[in-house]
Amino acid sequence: MAVIILLLIASIAVAALFLFGFIWSVKNGQYEDEYSPPMRILFDDKPSKKSSEQ
Amino acid sequence: MATKLQEQISCYHCGETCAETIIPFEDKSFCCEGCKMVYQLLNQHELCEYYDLNKNPGLSQRIQVRKDKFAFLEDPGIEQQLIHFKDSTNTHVNFYLPHIHCSSCLYLLENLHKIHTGVIKVTVQFTRKEVDVIFDHTKISLRGVAELLTSIGYEPYISLQQLNKAKPRIPRTMIYQLGVAGFCFANIMLMSFPEYLGLEHAEKNLQYAFRYLNLILALPVLLFSAQPFYNSAWISLKHRFLNIDAPIVLAIWVTFFRSVVEVLTDTGGGYFDSFAGIVFFMLIGRVLQDKTYQSLSFERDYTSYFPIAVTVLKNDKEIPTALPQIKPGDTLLIHQDELIPADGILTRGRAYIDYSFVTGESIPVLKEVGEIIYAGGKQTAGTIELLTIKEVAQSYLTRLWNQAEKQPEEKGVSFVHLLSRYFTYIVFTIAIVTALYWWAQDSSKIWPAVTAILIIACPCALLLSNTFTNGTILRIFSRNGLYLRNAQAIEEMAAIDQIVFDKTGTLTTTTRHAVEYEGDPLSDSDLIALASLANGSRHPLSRALIQHLGQHRKPVDQFRERIGKGLEGWIYGTRYALGSQSFITGMKNLSSGTRVYVSVDNQVKGYFQFHNFYREEVNALLARIRPDYELAVISGDNDAERPELERMAGKKSILLFNQQPQDKLRYIEIEKEKGKKLMMVGDGLNDAIALQESNMGIAIAENSNSFTPASDGILNAASLGKLDRFLQLAKGNRQVVMASFVMSIIYNIIGLYFAVQGDLSPLIAAILMPSSSISIILLTYGASNLYARKLKL
Repeated sequence: MAVIILLLIASIAVAALFLFGFIWSVKNGQYEDEYSPPMRILFDDKPSKKSSEQ
Repeated sequence: MATKLQEQISCYHCGETCAETIIPFEDKSFCCEGCKMVYQLLNQHELCEYYDLNKNPGLSQRIQVRKDKFAFLEDPGIEQQLIHFKDSTNTHVNFYLPHIHCSSCLYLLENLHKIHTGVIKVTVQFTRKEVDVIFDHTKISLRGVAELLTSIGYEPYISLQQLNKAKPRIPRTMIYQLGVAGFCFANIMLMSFPEYLGLEHAEKNLQYAFRYLNLILALPVLLFSAQPFYNSAWISLKHRFLNIDAPIVLAIWVTFFRSVVEVLTDTGGGYFDSFAGIVFFMLIGRVLQDKTYQSLSFERDYTSYFPIAVTVLKNDKEIPTALPQIKPGDTLLIHQDELIPADGILTRGRAYIDYSFVTGESIPVLKEVGEIIYAGGKQTAGTIELLTIKEVAQSYLTRLWNQAEKQPEEKGVSFVHLLSRYFTYIVFTIAIVTALYWWAQDSSKIWPAVTAILIIACPCALLLSNTFTNGTILRIFSRNGLYLRNAQAIEEMAAIDQIVFDKTGTLTTTTRHAVEYEGDPLSDSDLIALASLANGSRHPLSRALIQHLGQHRKPVDQFRERIGKGLEGWIYGTRYALGSQSFITGMKNLSSGTRVYVSVDNQVKGYFQFHNFYREEVNALLARIRPDYELAVISGDNDAERPELERMAGKKSILLFNQQPQDKLRYIEIEKEKGKKLMMVGDGLNDAIALQESNMGIAIAENSNSFTPASDGILNAASLGKLDRFLQLAKGNRQVVMASFVMSIIYNIIGLYFAVQGDLSPLIAAILMPSSSISIILLTYGASNLYARKLKL
């Protein structure tokens, strides 16, 4: 049954990983502005006409 | 009329109807040169996606920003205060741009580097309406960045407040604490299952492993996550007051230490899951209740209205100077549309001051050379010079403000704390009685029985129901346009028995006027001519007259605007004039109320009488709240509106006119001494002190960009008619809390039944705790929303 102890440690380690992910995302300010990031991703960086002419 | 509507062309940039002139460019039309220039600039840099993302995203550029407005940013001292970071090439700065409102704004601002190569990176903080700009100061100056933003229609708002202190950041600690508590709670629960399911006899080693892991996982909850409760309990004990957090902390500690003892002595598994769970749920409640509105500020004082710098004239040189450095005796140069920051004597030019920031009244006042001008007004006609007589901090307005701030508000104590105290006393009595009983019967049971009672004694259900109800109600309010500073304000609101309204800008709107004409009848062609004449002026009364008469644009010859007097001009060979009584009739201004006199070919025809335009819902609202609350209307204006107000507010209500800010404050103080609970509803800086002094101050905001004085709540002007329902919902808050508290007591009695016998098993605790918490959350959420729906909120 020693394997259960191993599994326990593994499961807590995975959960801890998510906890740190959460803390990191909060620290990074990801929850402060819920509007800009989903919008930002939709903006295309169109190739400039001037540069394509050159 | 239908054809007229079709003809209306709206500006491609700002969406306003092109009323006066239409400027065609390419296949688009613009309302003014300013809007066209922004379009050209964006077109040139291939940023016209700005117009594709949203229709007419711009702000009207009709009123041009003065050329040297941002000259003060070249002053190294001011620059130093504003920038966050600077190295050999890069400078980081943060600007507040009130116009940010849609995805187009986001697109344009973040592509600013395409317009100027000196800009390295722009990041928009949408909810706060701020941009973080990184720029290369070898290529563009701070002033250049501000002017660049202005040139594309996003003028930064730089106020004195930014000079004084850094913006407070949103506290994130509680979110971390919540995350850690959630993590520990979930894992402890997972590892408690084997114990509950009775597997412990099979594997003794595994059981030890589970128990000790639980103990380790409970430590961060005890030491980190539960800190907000310790702080609150400690603060209340220091003030010799027992609040709800004190018994909660006791219960948390007793639960933890009993569990530790059980694990160490190998007598049981402890209540670590209940312990972590309760902290987790209570933290959720706290976080919900402390929701902040990032785009709103409840702490505004005069500094956020004032500019950061003004131009001082010294030896014929214009020197931009930061406000705190202004000394009495300095000569200030105030440009058009600038705020007057300090009291002074007018020495040159003609001042035409709009005191709407201070009084809510938008019609400007004329001041001649030699008169004293008080701080807070906005100059609306050209440039003036002012000899300062007081420092900014000593000026009339600032002194008023500071005087109010010296007396910190003693807000009431939430009924939840009082309730929790009774609850705690009762449970302590039960604990003592139980201890005495077991002392006589079987002394080995004292420890388990008493600790179990103390665990149950935790008034966490009360705290949960309170925080969750408050959180839900705050959300319902904000959905309907009322933003409260904090949850305590809900209770303040429920206890109100008198409502005091400001008149100008609160009950009335400054954007519209009711206009009546009296005198010799005017022909249609006269009316059209007068509308065309008024079209040339930006005076609020001219604007109101156009709204009344409709848009007309006949050519006006020899148009002249006499500041503070009126307008004159020739239309099709007839001389028309509009203006004050003295300007038109030659007599002294004697009239009551606001009037604009009319003359046609030097013959006085009559006058337009301007009445305050009450917000549409005011009449019905006052009628609805009249039976339940005492009403008072306090106005800085004369009593021309008394009959109208009497009709709406009823004979019994108190109507006061010609009230200065101190008078308003004194009224509130006197009524408070009588034991009344007052709600003050106001809008301008002149109400600010009264708003602070009242039990509950609500500031009216015309739109999300407008500045409101410090208050307990900000009410969207369009939602003023819902005020009576907001008050009812605030009262409902208490009922919901009480109902869920009663329900939680039932759970507590079940728990106590086991506890007094000394055999509260961890399993029963583990079932009781989450089921009571979750049912309380559901009840508060459901009941508050049901109540709101009944009120149609």
